[in-house]
Amino acid sequence: MAEFVMPALGADMQAGTLLEWRKQPGDPVTKGDIVAVVHTDKADVEVEVFTSGVIETLLVEPGAEVPVGTVLAVIHEDGAPALRAEARAAPPAEPAAAHVVISPSARHLAEELGIDPASIHGSGPHGRIQRKDVEAAAAAREAAAAPTPPVPQPTVPPAVPPPAIAVPAPAKAVAPTDERNAAMRRAIAAAMSRSKREIPHFYLAQTIDMSNAIAWLAQENQRRPVTERLLHGVLLLKAAALALREVPELNAVWDGDELVRREDINVGVAISLRGGGLVAPAIHDADALGLDELMHALRDLVSRARSWSLRSSEMSDPTITVTSLGERGVESAFGVIFPPQVAIVGFGTMVERPWISEGQILACPIVNASLSADHRVTDGHRASAFLAAVDRLLQEPDTL
Amino acid sequence: MTRDEIREGVLRALSDVAPEADAATLRFDTDLRDQLDIDSMDSLNFAIGIHEQLQVDIPEADWARLYTLDEVIDYVVETTAA
Repeated sequence: MAEFVMPALGADMQAGTLLEWRKQPGDPVTKGDIVAVVHTDKADVEVEVFTSGVIETLLVEPGAEVPVGTVLAVIHEDGAPALRAEARAAPPAEPAAAHVVISPSARHLAEELGIDPASIHGSGPHGRIQRKDVEAAAAAREAAAAPTPPVPQPTVPPAVPPPAIAVPAPAKAVAPTDERNAAMRRAIAAAMSRSKREIPHFYLAQTIDMSNAIAWLAQENQRRPVTERLLHGVLLLKAAALALREVPELNAVWDGDELVRREDINVGVAISLRGGGLVAPAIHDADALGLDELMHALRDLVSRARSWSLRSSEMSDPTITVTSLGERGVESAFGVIFPPQVAIVGFGTMVERPWISEGQILACPIVNASLSADHRVTDGHRASAFLAAVDRLLQEPDTL
Repeated sequence: MTRDEIREGVLRALSDVAPEADAATLRFDTDLRDQLDIDSMDSLNFAIGIHEQLQVDIPEADWARLYTLDEVIDYVVETTAA
């Protein structure tokens, strides 16, 4: 039996609201299927399932806000023995009570402090309990010894489900509401404040000659119909993804007090939303996608981000973020790392500047690439190797 | 196609990428990027929308020189008249 839990869909996400179920008890599901839609401060997110089987029980009603890690549904996995009748009829489990995912250092600390991990709310990806969660639980235990005002209780699911929520058409941008913008700003504020508090950033920049890349792109786009045109941002994205293969410690997350490297290169793309705010969902396996596939994925991602229909894995899986702020003429962008990631790549606008090549002064399109990196996991030498790789890759655009 | 039909098709394509755009207040002689929060992806989607609405494929080199709605409409009028 597998549990389908409220996922952590971004740094500092504590809870989410279940908007709707896309599957019902008895429905078969395959890994990757969208099972539910969840509202967070930053977006309405389609949540995928990570196992295959049959939906056994739905435990939470639409409209309920529940903490990250709460069991939303139970799935009878393929190949698992049939459930006993009494198990099927069992009442819903307490939220997250039986689902404990904890980092080794956090488990060790919990044992030292005598805290039951099952009683701790995990703030990591998919509700994983991190060292700081244990520390927070210990602090809360101490505080509980003194008289305190009543603690707000988790929101109880309403007895009557709210009206059905319309799902926006996937390809149309949606104008944001003031309330949505305010919630998004709060989420961004929390994540960025945490980043600046906890992550010792350092910053590097490199100027890149884009002559080859732009000439190649112009030639490519000349022969392509408008529906298959490439943006130069796709070249930047692909170069960053490939450079991560050469500096794999930047393709990682910082989990409490340890670096966890990731095999897959899932590049988060900072997407500004109409009317303000941004999200940075992932393009999965960006290094392995051809430029056409990457362009298609980027168009799709931007479209869905702006119509508030992102998927859970896109919100939880990025290992690095790429941001491009050149649209309005910004020459350099030094980003704030999105926890638990360990780096963010920034590209400025492309401008024509004097450039010396083989003793000649030429007018070349150049772009400033920057890297904000976490000094706990890497240093200037390795980070500069990353930017050098981006530069080198962009000199040979036909190999991207 | 008449100019009015082209104008409608262009505005439909624009509304897909900038739903907040109000045809009643849009200035047709002003750079779209200055009026609306248009980025390169929006611009490409606008060009694709024109292709879908009006079956006109504007080459990238030409598209980069079209800044205002009037310029876009004029371009499509000339292209379809040729």
